[in-house]
Parts: sequence; C-alpha cells; structure tokens
Amino acid sequence: MTTTVLDKNSQKTIFGFWIYIMTDCVLFASLFATFMILRNNTNSGPDSAELFSLPFVLTETLILLTSSFTCGLAMLAAHKGDKKRVGAWLAITLLLGLAFLSMELYEFGNLVAEGHDWQASAFLSAFFTLVGTHGLHITAGLIWIMLLIWRILRTGISNVNLRRLTMLSLFWHFLDIVWIFIFTIVYMIGAL
Amino acid sequence: MKATLRSYITGFVLSIVLTLVAYALVQDHVNSGHKNYSHDFIIAVLIGLALIQFIVQAIYFLHLKKKGDARWNLLAFLFMSGVVIVVVIGSLWIMANLDYHHDQTKDPKETSNYIIEDELPSQQETTDQTKSEHPSH
Amino acid sequence: MNLSAKLPEIKELFPLDDLLLTMATLTMIFGVITIAGALFYFKRWTWLWKEWLTTTDPKKIGVMYIIVAVLMLIRGFADAIMMRIQQAISVGDSEGIVSSDTFQQVFTAHGTIMIFFVAMGLMFGLINLVVPLQIGARDVAFPVLNSASFWLFVAGALLINLALAIGGEFAATGWLAYPPLSETQYSPGVGVDYWIWSIQIAGIGSLLSGINFLVTILKMRAPGMSLMKMPVFCWSVVGSMSLVIFAFPVLTATLAMLALDRTMGMHFFTADGGGNPMMYINLIWAWGHPEVYILILPAFGIFSEIVATFSRKKLFGYKSMVWAILAITVLSYLVWLHHFFTMGAGANVNAFFGIMTMIIAVPTGVKVFNWLFTMYRGRIRFTSPMYWFFGFVTTFTIGGVTGVMMAVPAIDFQVHNSLFLVAHFHNMIIGGVVFGYFAGLTYWFPKIFGFTLNEKLGKYAAWCWIIGFLVAFIPLYILGIMGATRRLDHYDPSMGWQGLFIVAGLGACIIGLGVMLQVLQFVVSFRDKRNNLDKTGDPWDGRTLEWSTKSPAPFYNFAVIPKVTRRDEFWEMKRDGTADKNPAYKDIHMPKNTGVGIYLAGFAFIFGFSTIWHVYWATALSTLGIIATLIIRSMNDDTEYTIPAKELEKLDTGKANV
Repeated sequence: MTTTVLDKNSQKTIFGFWIYIMTDCVLFASLFATFMILRNNTNSGPDSAELFSLPFVLTETLILLTSSFTCGLAMLAAHKGDKKRVGAWLAITLLLGLAFLSMELYEFGNLVAEGHDWQASAFLSAFFTLVGTHGLHITAGLIWIMLLIWRILRTGISNVNLRRLTMLSLFWHFLDIVWIFIFTIVYMIGAL
Repeated sequence: MKATLRSYITGFVLSIVLTLVAYALVQDHVNSGHKNYSHDFIIAVLIGLALIQFIVQAIYFLHLKKKGDARWNLLAFLFMSGVVIVVVIGSLWIMANLDYHHDQTKDPKETSNYIIEDELPSQQETTDQTKSEHPSH
Repeated sequence: MNLSAKLPEIKELFPLDDLLLTMATLTMIFGVITIAGALFYFKRWTWLWKEWLTTTDPKKIGVMYIIVAVLMLIRGFADAIMMRIQQAISVGDSEGIVSSDTFQQVFTAHGTIMIFFVAMGLMFGLINLVVPLQIGARDVAFPVLNSASFWLFVAGALLINLALAIGGEFAATGWLAYPPLSETQYSPGVGVDYWIWSIQIAGIGSLLSGINFLVTILKMRAPGMSLMKMPVFCWSVVGSMSLVIFAFPVLTATLAMLALDRTMGMHFFTADGGGNPMMYINLIWAWGHPEVYILILPAFGIFSEIVATFSRKKLFGYKSMVWAILAITVLSYLVWLHHFFTMGAGANVNAFFGIMTMIIAVPTGVKVFNWLFTMYRGRIRFTSPMYWFFGFVTTFTIGGVTGVMMAVPAIDFQVHNSLFLVAHFHNMIIGGVVFGYFAGLTYWFPKIFGFTLNEKLGKYAAWCWIIGFLVAFIPLYILGIMGATRRLDHYDPSMGWQGLFIVAGLGACIIGLGVMLQVLQFVVSFRDKRNNLDKTGDPWDGRTLEWSTKSPAPFYNFAVIPKVTRRDEFWEMKRDGTADKNPAYKDIHMPKNTGVGIYLAGFAFIFGFSTIWHVYWATALSTLGIIATLIIRSMNDDTEYTIPAKELEKLDTGKANV
C-alpha cells in the first residue's frame, strides 16, 4: 500500500522528532560556545590557520550540501509514490555521505598522525569534539539511510516508511545546517 | 515553502552561491596576506552569510512556515533559536568579561590608581613591616 | 589507558574496613536479596515482568518513579542526618562521626540524589500519573519512550548507589563537580566518573520525557480542550518540559566534555593545556538555573489545582497564571550568572543578571496573590493537601525574599557559598518543590490506588515537616550571616556557632519524625483501605477531568474520550448534569507492553559502568547493543492491540471478569 500523505498519528511522531532535533541544536550550541571560547588556547601548538586546508573543506562542504539536496529529491519521489526512485536518490545520498565522512576521517587521521590530537591543547579538544560529534551524527544517519533503503525496497512506501523517511530527511537537512556553522566558525573564521 | 522540485533546486543553488562567496572572501583575504579586509568586517560578513544560508535551508529544505501544523514547529524553532543565541552570546560575553579584573590589574603599579590614599590605615605602621617584603610603588 | 593502574586490588575495590561503606553495601545487598527472595517465593517474576517492568501504562510508570524516588529520599535523608550530626558535634577537638574526605562525599551525594533522583523522580512520577488523565487522553504520545525514560532513570540511580559497593568512593566535589577538582589530576579515583555517568544517563531519560510530555499536551488533548481551557497543572508542565527540552542538552554536552577530559585526556576544563574551568561553571549553571524552575513549576501547578478544589472556587486569574508560567519559563534562561556573581565578571555583567533575577520574582509573586485571591470568599476545606499549601505559602515566601536579597551582587558577595545560601535554596526546594509534590501525592493518591490516605496522620506529618524545616533552616540563615561557610566538616568553638548547629540538628530530627509519620500514614491507610475506599472516583469534589473516571483509573483511562467545551469541564458537568449517561463505545487501540525500555537502559547502564572502569570493549559492545535494540524495535510492526467495543463496554460497566 502506498501512502503519499501522512496521517495524524504520523504527524504527532514527526513533531516529536522535530523537538528532538531542537534539543540537538542546543547540544551543538554548547559545543560551539565552548569551541569559540577555547579557540585561541592552543597550548603553544598550531592554531586553525596552520592546520586546515581550505580547498579540502570546501569540497567536503559541497559534497554534504549536495547530499542534502538529493535527500530532498528522495522525499519528492516518495510523495509521488515512486519506490524505485526513492531508493536511487537515497543511495546517492548515502554515497555522498560516505564520501564526506571519509574525507573527515582522513583529515582527523592526518592531524593525529602529526601529533595534533585532542590531548594536545584545549583548542584541539574542542575541535575534535565539535566536528567529531557532527561526524557521529552523520554516521548514525548513514546507518539509518541504509536501513530505510532496505525497508522501502522491501515493503514499499507504506505509512510507516513515509513517516520514517520524513524524519530521516529532517535529520539529514539539520546535519547540513549544523555543518554550515562548522564550516563558517571553525574553518572560515579559523583561517583568518 | 511548499516541497516542489523548484523549491529544492532554488535552495540548493542559493546555498552553493552563499558557500562559494564565503569561501572566496576568505581565500582572497588569506592570499593577500590578511590585508584586504578588516578582521571584524570579514567575521561579520561570514556570520551574516551563514545566517542567511541557515534561513534559506530552513525555508527551502525544512519547509518551515507560519501556517498549518508547521506553526508549532516554527514556534519550537524560534524558541530554540532564542535559547541558542542566549547561551552562545551570553557565554561569550560572560567569559570575555571574566578577564575584567584580570586585565585591569595586570600591572601592580596600576592598582595604586584605584586606592583612595587617605582611607588607608596609617602609612607609618604598615610601611615599616612591609618595606622588606614589597618593592615600594 | 593503563588498565592495571586503574584497576585496584580486590581489597580496595571492596573496602570492608570502612564501616559506613560496609553498612551501605550490606543494606543494599540485603534489600535486593529480600525482594528477589520474595519474588521467588511467591512465584511472581512473570507477573512483575508482564505487569510492571514492561508496562507502557503511564500510571504504572508513575508509581514506579515514585517508589524509586522515595527509596532515594531515604538515602539522601540519611546523608542529611549525617551532616547535621557532624556539624553539631565536630567542634574544636572533636572529630565528629565521619572523616573530612567522607564528609565531602556525603554532601555531594546528598545534593546529587535529592535533585536528580528524588525531586525529578517525584516530578515525572506525578506528571505520568496525572497529565494523560487531565487532558482526556489514554496514554502519552510515545509510550515506549516513556518506559525507556523511566528505566534510564533507574540505571542512573543504580550507578550512584553502586559507587559505594564497587569502588568504595563517590565524588568529593560538591553536587556540581567543578573542575579542576573534578578532573583526573585532583580526583583520580572512580568517584567523579560514577557521578558523571549516573546523572548523564538519568539526564537523557529526563530529556526524552520532556519531549514526550510536551508533544502529549500539545497534540493529544481531548476534542474541544483548547490550550486556554486546559487545567493550569498542564500549563505548568508545558513550561517545565520546555525548560527540560532546552536546558538538558547543555548538561549533556558539559558532562560529556568533563568525561572526555577524564577518559580521553582532553583539555576542556583542565588547569593545564589551555583549559578553562570557568567555562564549565558557566555552562553547568546555564543548565542549573532552568533546572530549579523545572522542579518548581509543576509544584505551582499542583497548588493551583489544590487551592481551587479546596476553596470550592475557580482559580483566580487563569490567564495571568498562564502568562506567569510562560514568563518564568522564558526568564529562567536569562539569570544563570547569579550563581557565580563572585567569579570575577565586571559590574555590567553582574548588574544585568542581578536585575533579571529580581524581575523573575515578579511572576511568582503574581501566582501567590492569585492563590490567595482564589481562597478569598471561597468555602475552604482544611484537608492535608491544604496544610501543605499553607506550609508552602509561608516558607516559600521567606525563601523567595532571601533570593531577591542575594540577587543584589553586593549582598551576594557577602553571603555567596555561606549557610545563608544553603538555607535559601533548601527553603525553595523543601518549602516549594517537596511540599508541592507531597500535596500532589496526597491529592491524587485515591485516583491511582482507589482509597484515600489517612487524613490525621497526613496533617501531623505536614506539621512536622513545616516546623522541622523552620527549626532546621532558620538557624542556618543566621549562621550564614555570622560568616559560616557551607560544606564545613569542622570548626573552631570560638566561632560561637555550635548552639545553632545543634538546633538545626533538632530540626532535622523533627523532619525525620515527619517522614516516619508519612510511612506510618501509608501503612495505616493500606491496612484500613476498606474504610477509605473511593467509591465514586471523585473523593474531593474535584474540578478537572481526571476525577470523572473510576478509582483506581482503568488502564485505558477513558472508555470514551470526553468532549470538552469549557474550563473545569468536570465541575461544570456535575453542576448542569451533562455527564454522558449512554456513552457510545468504539474499538480502542492500546500499546503493547515491551521490554525495549529495560533493554536500552540495561545497555546504557553497562555503557556507564564499563566507561567508569575503563573496560572499553564492554563500552563498545553495549553501544552496539543499544543500536541493535533500536533496529530490532524498528522492524517490529506489531506494537498495538485492539479492545473491541463490546469488551470495552463490559470493562467499563464492571461486568467483565478482569
């Protein structure tokens, strides 16, 4: 059975999920505030201008932004009841997300290998925690995407699946929005 | 903004543009040896661009609007934004301000500017004791 | 991490030479064995699992919250008695009854337990019991999440008690564990880790409940019950849950950062490496201030219901009550610096927060006047809930004005961290939160259990608490002004403080008598329950919808969801006889019981415990366990069951063989 509009029960669940996302925003805000306070406490080590590669970060950002767009396209396909297209767009979102995560892990790996790990200074502790928390959320999102692709291909765009897809897309868009601020505050302002 | 292909494409393109503008600005500033723009100006522009992209994505991707069920979503969103602004800006203000006394008394010589001389206990008694311990101001 | 360095010898793990620890551990072991033994003997394990542990019924979850909270109250109160005895006798040459280091752990445990496990537990317990009934709903928005929240709360409570049994130490840092003292360098043992994980896990439970109840009230009210027709208690819960939702994430983030400092060598708040301990204090109080309003708002709501009911008069100024709740909710995010006026900020910052703190007293004052105006020209019945109200209105006002005093930074510089401060916040919490929740428990007890509590014993208990509180804490106000600092385990006789400390100790004993009377009240009421049966479901001639159901309320709350057209709908229905005599029964859907809540909390408990002891493979496995539980649950499509209309009719009219 294909649903294209959500029922009242689903609306209640989605509203609850939205509130959860609001709480996650406050969590990130606390981490952002801490990062901003500690950004100059480099413990005689390197600061952000020396550590981050701007083109690399721009590439990451555009990849994540595109994945947010393709997730939106998956939602559109779902509202049209096109199960195969939903699966396709979600798969692309997944690949883009994996690319983003790999780039991030690569950046982290390099920093640690050079000795600039989270124990080196307050600035780096804050950096790894803020960006790492975002990365953990991305990872959770990727697992969720995989599960949803499997479910939708198996049982179609049922009421439950549409509801879950709606929540996933809210989550994924929210992660991209948080990244806007990481991009700006950690990397762009950090480069100045 | 209702969810249509057009709305998603508009949001996507706007976001790319805003991202690239921010990037170009910073890249230009760095390439010029941090000379082209004033530090405060660039930060203000970057934050502004981020906030605009935030609103763009909220409208075009998250479909926040004033009517219908989304009304409660919008209210929760505004409340959250208020709390975030208070916590972030409040923390920055407070933490910067904790250096208030710190900076003021960086130089011991400066504290004498804050002491009202004729309210001190008799100078004779104290200076005899303290002469050997403290350098005279 | 060097495992062998962290894992002490067995002897240190179970320190039998410390009498206090041994007693505490033995008490817990004895308690567990007794309960488990009884369950085995009466063959009630299946019953316990099916009826209580896996339940999704918020009434049962509420009862369990309250049972856990009461057990934790006993432990927190024992800590209080130890502190009173210590401060009464540890003068000059006398060493008192506990060592200095133990005393630090005692007051830390006292504060942590009372706030996170007693107050929050009673609050969520009452909200679970009452809110769905008051809004005319069958359940909360997310029943399984509700169960998970409760079990996470239990996991936290288990951890904080386990600290004594396995590890033999708790944090010795005060209930908010300021760094750098709470960092590894100065607190190398497991105490602070137990503190972190017990409240982190319980805090996540609270956050999820906040989401749950906000959505419940906003989306599941009976048809016709607009927000401005809803009982004021529900409004107070909306305010409180809004605070939970936006304040607890700050606690989660801050505790996580402290944990990262301790387990992964990070430098957020350390003394070295560029850390900034003051940022911890800033963040923790950005959570901490909303937290106290989280606790007090439902208590205000309870009093609104009680005063209106027992004055036989509608609540005065409904609109201004709602505005006051919303004002308090918003303002409580703007005052947090008043907890650290002395940390070094300049006059501008201190002045701003001082003024905001004074402003927030205004809406509370509005509420107090509204309650008094409700009583004016009412026909007042002096039941035990009203006794708690009178205790509240007098003591809370005293505490409130001392709060406005300390809002002036110049005054605060004199009394910060003195016993004056300690007296003030106990005044607010005991006089406000505790009295409010006790009133609520007495008031709604018959709805949940089907019989009323013994009124006489309830009144004696209230008197003991009110007088005991005054005798215990007025001396502390005086001591604070005389210069006595908080958290002192020993002082010089020349200070002249001992007399007042002894009086305070007597006050604690009077409160203890009150607690014993409450226990006696429960036992006696249970014994006499046939004489106290609530046969009508409306023992107080109440005003709101919960009193329209039977007592105890059936598991489905309402067979037919009521239609609401005005405020105090039930009261009006009684007056114009519009109660539904021939309800139209329909099939209803109820959520199935599930163990998901317990499994999630079990894994969370293992996560916390293994992180405390640095057994990281267990941390990883328990994380996978949580993920697996969530995934398996998401694949379960059979989560509800139906009660057909005919069977519902039989249940409702009492003709079914239940």
